[in-house]
Amino acid sequence: MATNGIGVSVRRKEDKRFLIGKGNYTDDINVVGQTYAIFVRSPHAHATINNIDTTDAEAAAGVVAVFTGDDLAADGIAPLICGVTVTSDDGEPHRAPAHPALAQGKVNYVGDHVAIVIAETLAQAKDAAEKVEVDYGILPAVTDTASAADEGQQQIHEAAPNNICFNWPLGDKQAVEAAFASAHKISTLDLVNNRMVTNPMEPRAALGEYNTGTEEITLHLTTQNPHLHRLVLSAFNQLAPEHKLRIVSTDVGGGFGAKIFIYAEELVVGWACRKVNRPVKWTSDRTEAFLSDAHGRDHVTSAEMALDEDGKFLAMRVMTRANVGAYLSTFGTMVPSYLYAFLFAGQYTTPLIYSEVKAVFTNTAPVDASRGAGRPEATFLLERLVDVAAADMGLDPVEIRRRNFIPVDAFPYQTPVVQCYDSGDYNAALDKALALADYDGFGARAEEAKSRGMLRGIGLSSYVEACGIAPSAAVGQLGAGVGLWESAQVRFNPTGNVQVFTGAHSNGQGHETTFAQLITELLGVPIEDVEVIHGDTAKTQFGMGTYGSRSLAVGGVAIAKACEKLIAKGKKIAAHALEAAEGDIEFADGNFTIAGTDKAMNIAEVAFNAYVPHSYPEGLEPGFDENAFFDPLNFSFPAGTHVCEVEVDPDTGVVEIIKYSAVDDFGKLINPMIVEGQVHGGIAHGVGQALLEGCRYDSEGQLITASFMDYAMPRADNVPNFDIDYAPTNPPDNPLGVKGCGEAGAIAAPPAVINAITNALGVKHIDMPATPENVWRAAQGAA
Amino acid sequence: MYDFSYHNPDSVAGAVSAMNKAEDGKFVAGGQTMLPTMKHRLASPSDIIVLGGIAELSGITVDGDSISIGAMTTHAEVAASSDVQAMIPALAALAANIGDPAVRNCGTIGGSVANNDPAADYPAAVIALGATVKTSKREISADDFFTGMFETALEEDELITAISFPKADAAAYMKFENPASRYAIVGVFVAKTGDDVRVGITGATPCAHRGMRLEGVLNSNFSGDALESVEIPVDKMNADIHASAEYRAHLVKVMTRRAVAACS
Amino acid sequence: MPVINLRVNGNPVSGEVEARTLLVQFLRDNLRLTGTHVGCDTSQCGACVVLMDGKSVKSCTMLAMMADDCDVTTIEGLANGSELHRMQQAFMDNHGLQCGFCTPGMIMSALDIVERNGNDLDEATIRRELTGNICRCTGYHNIVKAVKAGAKAMGD
Repeated sequence: MATNGIGVSVRRKEDKRFLIGKGNYTDDINVVGQTYAIFVRSPHAHATINNIDTTDAEAAAGVVAVFTGDDLAADGIAPLICGVTVTSDDGEPHRAPAHPALAQGKVNYVGDHVAIVIAETLAQAKDAAEKVEVDYGILPAVTDTASAADEGQQQIHEAAPNNICFNWPLGDKQAVEAAFASAHKISTLDLVNNRMVTNPMEPRAALGEYNTGTEEITLHLTTQNPHLHRLVLSAFNQLAPEHKLRIVSTDVGGGFGAKIFIYAEELVVGWACRKVNRPVKWTSDRTEAFLSDAHGRDHVTSAEMALDEDGKFLAMRVMTRANVGAYLSTFGTMVPSYLYAFLFAGQYTTPLIYSEVKAVFTNTAPVDASRGAGRPEATFLLERLVDVAAADMGLDPVEIRRRNFIPVDAFPYQTPVVQCYDSGDYNAALDKALALADYDGFGARAEEAKSRGMLRGIGLSSYVEACGIAPSAAVGQLGAGVGLWESAQVRFNPTGNVQVFTGAHSNGQGHETTFAQLITELLGVPIEDVEVIHGDTAKTQFGMGTYGSRSLAVGGVAIAKACEKLIAKGKKIAAHALEAAEGDIEFADGNFTIAGTDKAMNIAEVAFNAYVPHSYPEGLEPGFDENAFFDPLNFSFPAGTHVCEVEVDPDTGVVEIIKYSAVDDFGKLINPMIVEGQVHGGIAHGVGQALLEGCRYDSEGQLITASFMDYAMPRADNVPNFDIDYAPTNPPDNPLGVKGCGEAGAIAAPPAVINAITNALGVKHIDMPATPENVWRAAQGAA
Repeated sequence: MYDFSYHNPDSVAGAVSAMNKAEDGKFVAGGQTMLPTMKHRLASPSDIIVLGGIAELSGITVDGDSISIGAMTTHAEVAASSDVQAMIPALAALAANIGDPAVRNCGTIGGSVANNDPAADYPAAVIALGATVKTSKREISADDFFTGMFETALEEDELITAISFPKADAAAYMKFENPASRYAIVGVFVAKTGDDVRVGITGATPCAHRGMRLEGVLNSNFSGDALESVEIPVDKMNADIHASAEYRAHLVKVMTRRAVAACS
Repeated sequence: MPVINLRVNGNPVSGEVEARTLLVQFLRDNLRLTGTHVGCDTSQCGACVVLMDGKSVKSCTMLAMMADDCDVTTIEGLANGSELHRMQQAFMDNHGLQCGFCTPGMIMSALDIVERNGNDLDEATIRRELTGNICRCTGYHNIVKAVKAGAKAMGD
C-alpha cells in the first residue's frame, strides 16, 4: 500500500486554507468596478402583474440599471429548463410551463423573480428595490400537495391542466392487483414525506464579469456542476456561446443538491453584467435562500404491502402525490419519478410492484433534489411499511427483514422496478448493525428507562440506494437531456508533479485529498506533489459535476483510467530511454523497470523525459498528459442497516437519540476518515428531517418557515455521536470497487428514527418531523 | 438596514437627551434583537442610541437580601456572577441558557426586559421574583411592568438602569425551548419565599404573566401533585407552527411541576 | 461618514463606515478579511463569530461602530505564520470540517468555550455550547471531537 494511497485516512489537503480563513467562496471574490444586484421578488404566491413601474427605482441614488422580464426577453434570453422528460400516462411528455427567469406577466410563488436592481452599493440596491412599484392582481394560491390536482382547484399554468405535471405509472397493475387479491395479509400506510429546505451553510451567489475585448462572460457561481451550468446557460438559455462563457466555481460551502440547478439569479446576473458592462454581484441572504432555493421532498403517499402467511412480501402498491412547486427546476421531474420508484424493491425480493406518481404544481418554490433526492422518499415509505407489516404479522422487525432480504448469492439482482443491483450482503450488514447497537440488550434498557418514566424505542432501517449517478445509456433512455459520464485529465509537469483536472466538483467532500490518494496509489507520486483542479470551465475539460454520490464512483474511475493511459505511455518512454523493449517494462510503485533487472526510471524522470524529447523516434509522442472519460455500466448500490435507539419523554414528547449505529456497504474505502464524515453528515441531515425540519407554507402561500428562527436545523445538541462500521461487498461493475457514500445517511436515517419512535410509543405511524408536540399527541393517543 | 444617526452617550442623561432630540429614536442595548429586526427592514429608527458606553448601567451589586443587576449587564455576566449564583442560582441558570454563547456575550438583561418579547426568558424571572425595575425616571414593580406583547410601562424616553431581584428561599426556571430559535415555547419560573409562591410564565401567552391559578394551589400545597387540578385556559395560549395552544397549556403544567420539583 | 479605529488581529485599523455598516461587512468588505462568513440573517448560524475583546460575538449582529476602540480577532489572526493554532490543528486532525464555511465561526466559538470552561471539556458541554453554530456537513460528531482535542492541546 502506498503511504497515502487507497485505504488511508489521509488528513485533508484542502483543510489548511479553510482553517486559516483563506477559503475562497464566491462571495469572497470582489472585482474592480463591481456593482451589486438585488432581486425584486413577489410578495404574493399567485398574482398577475398588471404593471411594473421602475421609474423611481431608476432615479434612486447609485442605481446603475433596473431590468424586468421584458428586457430579458427582448435580448432573446430563453426561460429556464427542466432537463429530464417523464412520460405521462396519456403518452405525452410531462407538462412544462414556461419558467421565465424574470416574471412575464405573472408570479407563481412568494420569492418569484420580478426585477433586478443594480447599484453601486448593496445598500443602494436594497433601497432602490423598494422603489420598484409592482401592481399585482392577487389570485388564490394552491399550496397543498394532496389537493392541488383536485377538481375545482385554482389553475396555476394554462399549460398544465388541473395543475398536473405528470401522472406516471410503473409496473404491472393487474398482476399486483391479483397478488393483493390472494394475499394472506395486506398492510397499509399513509404518510407524508415532509418538505425540506436544503440549506447549505453558504448561501448561493453569482458574480458576472464581461470582457468587451474577448466578448466573454465570466460567471462566478456557487455550483456543484460548472460545466452543466455552462451547457444549459449556453445551449438553452442563449446567454452566450459555450466558448464565450466561463463558469468559475471556487470553494463551495456545501451543496447537498441545492447548488445543482440552474437558477434565475445566475442567468440574470450573467446577462446583466454584459448589459451594463460592469461586473455584477449578487449574494443571497438566508431569507432569500429559504424563498428561492429549490426545496426538497414534499410527498403525500399511500402504500400497501401484500404478504403471505410466512410474512413474505408478495406485492407492493404505492400511490404518491409529489409537489414540484410553481415551476419545474432543472431536475424537478426526475426526483419524484426515476430516483424514487426505482428504489421500491429496497433490500427485498418483493416480486411485484406497482406505483403511480402524480406530480403537481403548486404556488410554492420549485422542488428538486436534496441530499438523497427521491431515494429518501422511497426508503422512508418502504422501511416504515415493513415495520407496519411486521407488527401486522406479529414478527420482529429484524425477522421480517431477514425473511425478505435478497440473498447474497442472488447478485447481480434484477428488481421488478428497472434497477439491477450490483452487489450486496444485506444479512452481513444487519448482523453487524444489531451487534453494534446491542439490539439484544434493548429490552433491559427499555425496562430501565421505564423505571424513570421514559419510553425507549429501537428502530431499523435496511436501505439500498442507487447512486454514482451515471450510465448515460440508462439516463438517456429515461429522458435525460445529457449524458452522465465523468472525465479526468492527469497531467505531469516536467518537474514531476501532477495536476489532476476533474469534471467532478467538491462542495466539501474532500476531492482534493481522495483523488490525490488515487494518484499516489496508482502512479506512486507523493501526495504532496499532486494538485486537484476543478470548478473552472476554462481550466478543466467538460465534466458533469458532483451530485448523486457520483464523484468517486464515476469521476474517480475516470482518473484511474487516465492513470492507466499514463502508465502505458510511460512504458513506451521508459523503453526508449532505457533502451529496452516496451514489453519488458514493468510499472510498480512509481518506477518503470526493465523486468528482471534493477534498471529503472522513476515516473518523474519519465515525465521530464517526455517533455525533453531530444531523440524521440517517429511515433513516440512527446508529453505526459492523458485524459479519460468513464461511463459506467450501472449505478452503484450502497446498502446497509442503521439502528436508532431513542428515549421519549411522554410528558413533553421530547425525543432524544440515545444511540445511533450504522453499518454500510460502500465497497472499497479510499479515505475512511472522509467516508465516515460523509456518513455522519448524512445521518444528521436525516435526523433533521425526522425530528426537526419541516418547511411550511400557509394557505395563502406565505412561507412561514423562512429563517433559522422558525426552520429548525439540527444543532450539536440534537444529535449524538454515531457508531459507524462497514460491511463491504465488491461491486463488479466498478473498476475501483467503490460505491457512493454521500447520501446514505440522509436516506437511511429518517425511517430508523421514526421506527424507533413508533416502537417507543407503540403506535403505527407518526409523520415527520416528529416534533415534541406530534410525539406528545401520539403518546396521548397510545396511552 | 436603513441608515440612521448613531449616538454613543456616556451617561444616562446623555442617552435621554439624545432620545428626546431624535425624531424616531431607539435605545440599543446588546442589539441582539434590534439589529436583526433592522436588518430585515422591519424597523427604521431615525436614531440609534447605543447604551454600551454608559458605565453606570453595568455591574451587579448585592444589597442585603436583594441583588441589583445593571441594565447593560450581559447574560453571560449574569450567568457567571458568583453573587447571582450564590443568591439566586435559578437566575444565573436562566441567563446561562438564553440564546447561545455569542448572543449571551452581547445581549443584556435591560434590553431583554425592555423589549418584552413574548418568548424571552427574563420576564418570567422578573415576575416570579417580584423584581423592581429601576429606570431613568422611577421604580416600577414587576407586576406593573409588562403591559402587553412587546409593550412595557416604559415611556419613549425612559430607559431601564437596573433590575433589583429580592432573594427567594427557593427558585427554579424550566424552559421548553423552540428547537429553531431557542426562545421559550413555554418557560416557567417558580419562586418560593416563606409561604409565598410566585410563578412567572413566559412564551405561553402574548405577554409574560403571573400564573395566579398555579400560585393559588402551590401556596397551600407546594408540590407537583397539587397542580393536577389546575385548569390552564387553552384559549389564552399562543399558537404557532411550533406548538398549539393545547400543547402550550399542557407544557405550562409540566414545566411548573418540574420547576416545583427543582425547588424542593 | 464616521470613522472607526480598532485593532484587528493585533493590527490597528481604521475605516470610514456608514452607521448601518455591520461589523462583518467592515471585516469582509473594508478589510477584505473574508474568512468571517455570513450564513444567515437572524443570528442563528454562527458563521460570522469573531472574538471582540476576547469574547465571542456574532459580527453580523453588531454595528461596526460598536467595535470602535475594541480588539477584534478573526480566523485570520489565529495561526502563527505557517503554524496552525492548536484548535485549528485539532479541526484538521479530527476531520472537523468539510465544506469549511462554518469552520471559522466554529473555531472562534470553540476558543470562547475553552476560555470559559477550561481545557478539559466533556461532550455534553461542547454540544450545548455549540448551539449557536450550525453545520450542515459534519453531523457535529467530528467537530465535537475536534473541540475536545483542541481544548486539551491548548492546555498542554
